[in-house]
Amino acid sequence: MDNRARGYNITLQLHKDLHILTILTAFLMLATRALSLVGKRAISTSICVRGGHGVAKVDDYALPAYFDRRENPLPDVQFVTELSAVQKSLKEKEKGSWATLSNEEKIALYRISFKQSFAEMNEGTKEWKSVIAGMFFFIGMTGLVVLWQRKFVYGPVPPTFESEWKEKEVQRMLDMRINPVEGFSAKWDYENKEWKK
Amino acid sequence: MFRPVVRLSTSGVRSLTRTRQCYSAPLASRCYSHAKVETDEEFDARWVTYFSKPDIDAWELKKGMNTLIGYDLVPEPKILDSALRACRRLNDLASAIRILEAVKDKSGPHKDIYPYLIQELQPTLIELGISTPEDLGMDIL
Repeated sequence: MDNRARGYNITLQLHKDLHILTILTAFLMLATRALSLVGKRAISTSICVRGGHGVAKVDDYALPAYFDRRENPLPDVQFVTELSAVQKSLKEKEKGSWATLSNEEKIALYRISFKQSFAEMNEGTKEWKSVIAGMFFFIGMTGLVVLWQRKFVYGPVPPTFESEWKEKEVQRMLDMRINPVEGFSAKWDYENKEWKK
Repeated sequence: MFRPVVRLSTSGVRSLTRTRQCYSAPLASRCYSHAKVETDEEFDARWVTYFSKPDIDAWELKKGMNTLIGYDLVPEPKILDSALRACRRLNDLASAIRILEAVKDKSGPHKDIYPYLIQELQPTLIELGISTPEDLGMDIL
């Protein structure tokens, strides 16, 4: 009794220690990660001149990006960033009356600013066909596995499934008057020795 | 045993009735917000004014348009008219066409909103020379 109590106390203490240890390690991990993040940020995105070496590089992902979204119709940047000579002249023409622009020029101007039209961005993919095909394939594979299992894994079915046995079983059940009111035997016509119509 | 009851009935009754009066709080007051609700006209006027700024810049146009599309409504023709004129001031035909596309997309299953908008905006579209996405064949793939 005394030893068991001591044993419980020891395990309790161990549990508490473990809990404290895990909490401490988690905290330490968080702290170091936060510190390292702060450190990295301080180095890479500061634009202060360091030792006369100039401005730090701005990473690509930090700049405004272009994306086609229904809920954000006018993205932060144009799609085409470097305009060709033709496009530049078109942009100049845009400053004048728009009625003088042909349909092709208007479409070209649109394509400079935007990658996909709304119709294109909302277009569905044909992915669902692959999904259905994949479903059928795996169901089929499973079917094959089941068939193989039936042949090579499962032993023979018990003799109680043979039709001869079943006949004798049904006769026995009728003799015993199983469920004679509303169930099994109620459906048997004992006079004519057949199932009730 | 009856004495405390008597005491209650003689001296306590008055205090009871007094406390009862205090407890009858007005049942009609509800805890609704007292913020002033903006009417539709005020909303429209605010947005028309926003896009009518003569020296509006490209960022403001984008921000305004993206915010407007974020609301659960299709903007009135007068707001869109103001936005299209802002595009003209900024020499940005592509954004004008994009705005029309966005508004059509915003109508969702209500297919009668967009034709109504185009009908209302027709004078502006002709004046500024803006083609609709349908004219340019951009509404189909």
